Amino acid sequence: MPARITREETAHVARLARLDLTDDELDRYAPQLAGVLDHAAQVAAVDTAATPPTAHPFPLRNVLRADVPVPSLDRQVVLAEAPAVEDGRFRVPRIIGEAP
Amino acid sequence: MTVGLTPDRAEASAGGAEPLSARALADAVRRGERRASEVVEEHLAAIEAVDGELGCFLTVTADGARRRAAEIDAEVAAGRDPGPLAGVPVAVKDNLCTTGVATTCASRILEGWRPPYDATVVARLAEAGAVMVGKTNLDEFAMGSSTENSAFGPTRNPHDPSRVPGGSSGGSAAAVAAGLAPLALGSDTGGSIRQPAALCGVVGMKPTYGTVSRYGLIAFASSLDQVGPVARSVADAAALFDVIAGHDPRDSTSLVDVPPACGPAVGAGVQGLRVGLVTELTDAQGVDADVRSRVAEAADALAVAGATVDSVSIPELRFALPAYYLLAPAEASSNLSRYDGVRYGLRVDGDDVADMNARTRAAGFGPEVKRRILLGTYALSAGYYDAYYAQAQRVRTVIIQAFARAYERFDVLLAATTPGTAFRLGEKIDDPLAMYLSDVCTIPTNLAGHPAISVPFGTDSAGLPVGVQILAPALGEPVMVAAAAVLERAAPSTPVPRVAAPTLATAGMPAVGGAR
Repeated sequence: MPARITREETAHVARLARLDLTDDELDRYAPQLAGVLDHAAQVAAVDTAATPPTAHPFPLRNVLRADVPVPSLDRQVVLAEAPAVEDGRFRVPRIIGEAP
Repeated sequence: MTVGLTPDRAEASAGGAEPLSARALADAVRRGERRASEVVEEHLAAIEAVDGELGCFLTVTADGARRRAAEIDAEVAAGRDPGPLAGVPVAVKDNLCTTGVATTCASRILEGWRPPYDATVVARLAEAGAVMVGKTNLDEFAMGSSTENSAFGPTRNPHDPSRVPGGSSGGSAAAVAAGLAPLALGSDTGGSIRQPAALCGVVGMKPTYGTVSRYGLIAFASSLDQVGPVARSVADAAALFDVIAGHDPRDSTSLVDVPPACGPAVGAGVQGLRVGLVTELTDAQGVDADVRSRVAEAADALAVAGATVDSVSIPELRFALPAYYLLAPAEASSNLSRYDGVRYGLRVDGDDVADMNARTRAAGFGPEVKRRILLGTYALSAGYYDAYYAQAQRVRTVIIQAFARAYERFDVLLAATTPGTAFRLGEKIDDPLAMYLSDVCTIPTNLAGHPAISVPFGTDSAGLPVGVQILAPALGEPVMVAAAAVLERAAPSTPVPRVAAPTLATAGMPAVGGAR
């Protein structure tokens, strides 16, 4: 089993998950996560060498439908719930830096 | 404890369905003996009277309910049948999308969001003539076992407002227990219908995965989530299940095989049924003595009714909780990545998109959701994936195989629903692992995708409700419901909640302690 999760690893995981956590939150969550992971690590005790993983309780099959147009959500109704819109689209802050 | 009448005993004494049962209300409305508008007004008045103390509802849809009730009354007047749940008030967990009605998941990140569509279960309710009276409180994004993780404040247990109603469907369970609605919808990912039902003294049913559409259920852990009924009797729960179950082309995991109707199975009895009393979900893992006693009495009751009851040990189930707390957070961390401040809900501005995302999520999610996202992201991250996530998926297979072996010998399994009765607000909120252990008896069912139902079965020494659980193999709802109904008829009386609608106390069930 992996070593106990540290505060630094918690901060790293928070960055991966795009959560801007405060120092107080990191101090609080790191030991809580370590406690839960200690418990969860019990799964290592099960011999699963010959056992396939289950991602879903029943076999999934691909679902297809006839290629017939059906009405979709009204754009204005959807955009009315967005935090920011412009020209009929979702508006976001810049993604890449300005050209020099 | 003061004696009370279980719904079925009340039925027997009244010579028909309990006056407040969903079925009796619907029958009366369909026959024109009662007006849907009157039924709805009564329930809205009850919500107005007691929900300030309980906090079951995040939104009360009084205007919509009145409009819908008037439509149903008009249909009846015109000689048309509005459907099997005609005029029945239903409370809907606030993680189910409702067109134009705020759907928050009890999270700041979705505060004020009005979905542009209805969940399939919500549409099915409407088609059956039911009337939505409001959206119920929950642990944020259905993550929790006490409803204390709601961003909008906790729900309180109607039997003792200093205690939690359980969770995450705590608002739905408390609303039904208090008589604010005869029926409610909840969702169950690791016990979120059955555990609060047990703590509030009502019936809660988690259907077979795929029998009820998840379209419009805001996703927590997609391979585990299932919508199901909360009711004050097994027959009412079965009636609601029959309305919401069925294939939905808009949910790719929806089963094409529709389970046989549960309603007709309610009175089938348990003659010759093979019942396995599961040691690991009864005698182990910190189950209270009172709860053990009630489960043992439930086993006796099934035997008296003609079932064969034997103990069965399924040691693999001990690994269900650790596996679940890797799998569910992993799925959650992926599902909740959609809350990025772009398309709906909260946005906190930042220097660029990534900064905006991180600030929005930090401000919008509460502590438990953050913990689960961190856990899940960690379990899926490079270097830990095999040891944690992949191993948990293999353990899931081991648990499914163990259930399959048990169901070679037994038709249904009997277990405790929860290790203990309702705990006090604040008691477990700072100890995530202690809170997670509340779900130790319910989680195995979700990993297997099977159905299970919790039925009230007496109280502990403090008078708090105890729930017992019947588990069945996939699509075994009818036999499960038959066994649950036998337990309901045999159950010791459950007290009327201390905080409840006036109508509940006058329906033949004396109030406890006179506190109202």
